[in-house]
Parts: sequence; structure tokens; C-alpha cells
Amino acid sequence: MKLREIAHSRTGDKGNISNISVIAYDAKHYPLLLEQVTAAKVKSHFAGVVQGEVVRYELPNLSALNFVMDQALGGGVTRSLALDAHGKSLSSALLDLDIAPAPQSQMPKGE
Amino acid sequence: MPAIFRARVFLTAKHDARHGDGVQVRTIRIGSGAGYSGDRIEPAIELAEKGDIQYLVFECLGERTVALAQQARMKNPESGFDPLLEERMRAVLPLCAAKGIKIVTNMGAANPEAAARKTADIAKSLGLSALKIAAIVGDDVLDACKDGDLPIMEFDGTIKQLGNRLLSANAYLGAEPMAQALAAGADIVITGRASDPALFLAPMIHAFGWAMDDWNLLGQGTVAGHLLECAGQITGGYFADPGYKDVADLARLGFPIGEVGEDGSLVVTKVAGSGGAVTAQTCKEQLLYEVHDPAEYFQPDVVADFSQVTVEEIGPDRVRVSGGRGAKRTDTLKVSVGYVDSYIGEGQISYAGPGALARGRLALEIVRERLKLTNVAASEWRFELVGVDSMHGPGVSARANEPYEVRVRVAGRTENLREAVRIGNEVETLYTNGPAAGGGAWKSARDVVAVASVLLPRELAKPQVRFVGA
Repeated sequence: MKLREIAHSRTGDKGNISNISVIAYDAKHYPLLLEQVTAAKVKSHFAGVVQGEVVRYELPNLSALNFVMDQALGGGVTRSLALDAHGKSLSSALLDLDIAPAPQSQMPKGE
Repeated sequence: MPAIFRARVFLTAKHDARHGDGVQVRTIRIGSGAGYSGDRIEPAIELAEKGDIQYLVFECLGERTVALAQQARMKNPESGFDPLLEERMRAVLPLCAAKGIKIVTNMGAANPEAAARKTADIAKSLGLSALKIAAIVGDDVLDACKDGDLPIMEFDGTIKQLGNRLLSANAYLGAEPMAQALAAGADIVITGRASDPALFLAPMIHAFGWAMDDWNLLGQGTVAGHLLECAGQITGGYFADPGYKDVADLARLGFPIGEVGEDGSLVVTKVAGSGGAVTAQTCKEQLLYEVHDPAEYFQPDVVADFSQVTVEEIGPDRVRVSGGRGAKRTDTLKVSVGYVDSYIGEGQISYAGPGALARGRLALEIVRERLKLTNVAASEWRFELVGVDSMHGPGVSARANEPYEVRVRVAGRTENLREAVRIGNEVETLYTNGPAAGGGAWKSARDVVAVASVLLPRELAKPQVRFVGA
């Protein structure tokens, strides 16, 4: 399934840094986010868009993750050549991420 | 205002475990009347009319707006403030004056005093001469730092190295001068660059007498300000996704009201019957908007900690947000530095119908080759098809189906305007020299005023309150 089925998201911008929140609709899916929506996965999802480091912050009280992506906005909102200089649309792109329906650790191994 | 009404407004009985039933906590209601410079006008009127608010805040100053406004002020000393100031003030002043609602705004941009004088003229023309209007000055720190070696945070270099490309330097001021203006009796407080949450924190500090070193209260107050500062973004704007997150009546989106208690308790709500929705989901999205490390949200007055915040729906369009904390403020203020960065030339043209994608790609190849043949100098390029890969590049959008129409877009960064003009020209000449049936060509060339940041020792910014008579 797609991340969009279990989480919602919002993008914010500051200079050349974009942050994307990923918030579980239902708290029971938060472990799934923790396990599968890793900083490495987000970085590879945005290959070609995000040049810098991706850092993940965890907010268990909100069942949410916050990804901070460095060098993600074409040099900064105020100077970017991009049509979407703020990167507002990046949250929708992230919700297209593929998610395995149950935590991988609980899935049968091999076969 | 009759005393009995005032009592109802300011003393709200709280019914939660912390306070026990019936314990009365002083509460203020703050409305957020604009989330950016060009925002809708009527939601603020609705707040003043039906929101039962004591404060109305307009956040209208974007990152680079001060730099652009500074350029306007250099041409005309009475300009340099928000272009919609007059329209917004005319819309709400009669109601706010009649109900005693105080206004706090950063519509002063690069010229808060001229904005205050303009507001005084408007008040006078509306027969509201008794209003006390304060301007907060001192965010302009250009003289204090233009020759210094403060390092720029976004790239290697110092302010001094920007030389004559430097346009402006404005410190993000905190809530204190605004709270002082309110304490001195201001009905309207107009600032230039100030931290956005501080516009909301100032009424709290004023109304409740919060100490400027009560870090936890300032942290929770910052949570409130941060949630409210983008107006409609917490009441269902920038949120709807049909089938997943449906929001009713976005054309009549109501703007938010923060009910803040003297203990920092916060309920986010909106005018009953207005469009949109305040839910746990809208509050969570806005809480993390433009936040990096949630445990360290740097503000001029406090380092706020959002990491332990909880949200709870306590009624229709009523969400309690608790748990904001704070730590001691830093010794520096963030300064937004405006400078002339570069020039951008751009051209666009559309193709439609069968083979639109192939013709669009051919057009891009032609322009790419033409720009090489004619030696157009640019340090950075974008060649893209709007509707195909312009938003996230060819990688992320590889699985897109072939669209009915595409729009070619070529943009390049140049060192001067003449060079920038040539980019759009090369796209435009596709009309008669490019693939079949290109239409709707468009071009532009513009200078780029960009913004970078430095950290300034806080004592070098000296904010002052100046009253202007109506």
C-alpha cells in the first residue's frame, strides 16, 4: 500500500531546507511509520531533488515524524529556479511511498 | 463594554482535572486575521464581528518582503509598508474600535512609522481619532552589521563580502516591545521584522503579565503563536485532499481563534458557521510546519520545545493543545539579510493533442542546443515539461502517464538582465522555428532579491516604541 493510506503530511520551508511531517491517521500505524519511513528511504525517494542530508525527528505524542531535508530547494526559496520554489508539493510526492502492510519484523521470513 | 460581558470574556470556567471544576482562569481570545501579505480580507472582518476576540493579529511579512519594501522606501520615504495595509485597516478598524479589539501586525515591513501614520490617517477619515497607534522600530540593523564579519548561515561568506549587493538587514525582534506598546495603551501595534509567533505572544505577555524568563510559559505561548500565525492553514486550508482529507466550504474558510489561559492553556477554534475545520489533524500538521528539531524551535524570546506537545479534540472545531515547554533564549537574534543574488530568465510554451509529449521533448532539445549555439551564459538551468516532470524532476515522476498537453519550461540563472532576456527569447522563437503547433509562449526576465541569515549579538538591536497620534 501507499503511505497515503495511513498518513497525512505537510511541507514547510526555511531557506534551502525543506521539512515534511508524516502523521499517522491512527496511532496504531505509528510503529509502521517508525519502522518503514526512515531517513534513508526518504532520501532515496527524493534522489535528484534533495542534495543534502535528511534527518528524522520522532514525535510519539502526535504519532508523527518530521523529516528535515537539507539543500532541497534549489538554493533557497527566494532564489530557486523551480516552479514550486517553496517545495510545497513535496509532501504529496512522499505520500506515494510504498509501505508493507504489517511491520516487516512480524512478517514470515523466507519461503 | 458592559462589565458583565467583560467578565464572561475574561473569566472562563475550566473543567479539566488539572484545575478541578469551576476554577476560573483568566483567558484571552486572539484572532489570526491574515497568514500572508496577500491573504483574504473578509475572514478578519468575520473574526472581529463574531469571534468574541480581544486581539486581532495580521501576519503579513514574508522572508524577502522586507528587502523589497526597503527598495521601495529608498525611492519614496513614505512607502515601504504592506500594500494591503489600507484595505485591511479600513475593513476592520470600525469594528475593532467599537469593540475595543487591539490590533497587532507586522504590516510595517520596512517602514513601521509610515505605516502607523497611514493608519492614523485612515482612522481619522473613519472618525476614529481616539485610537492610539504605536510603531515598533529598531529591527533595521543594517548599519550595525553591514561592515562586520558576521558569517552567513546559508553559504560561505560574510555580510561584508556582499558589498554593494547588500540591500537590507532586519533582526527578528521578540514580543517585548510590542507588549510594552500594549501596556502603554496602544490600540494598534505595527512592527517591521519580528518573529511571527511573537506577534501573538505579545498580547499574552501583556494580558497575563508573564515574566520574560518564564521559559515554559513563553514556550507554550510560542506553540499558540506558531499554530495561529498562518491563519487558514490550521482551519482546513493547505490541507484538503479529496477522499482522504475532505474539508467543507473552503471558499468561506474561517480563520482561527486561540483561547489562551494565563496558565498557558490553549484551545484552537474558529467562528461557528464559517468554512473549514479545526481538528487534531489540522493542528498536528501546522504544529510541525516549518519546524526543524521540534525540541529546539529558536525564537527571539525563548527556545521553544514542541516535542512533548499533545492535541485533543474537546468539541466540534475545538482542539486543546498542551505540553509546550521552553528553555532560556539565546544571546543572538536571527537577522534576515536581503541582497541582489542574480537574474533569472525564463520561457514557456505549450503543446497539446496527440504527440504533445514528444513535441515538448523535441522543443526542449532545440532550445538547449540554441542556447549553446548562441553562447547564453548561465550558472544553473532547468529544462522541464510542466504536467510531466517540472515539480519533482524526471526521477520521481518517471511513472507518469502521457498527458494530453504539456508546457515546456526553460529557466536559467544569469549574471545580468541582458543574458536573462535571451533565455525567454529562445523559447519564444519556437513559434516559427520549433515543433508543430506550439502555442501560448510566455517569457520573463527578472532580478532576484534573495534572503540569507546571520546571527547578531542581541544587544546590537535596540527596539523602540513610537506613538503616532490619530
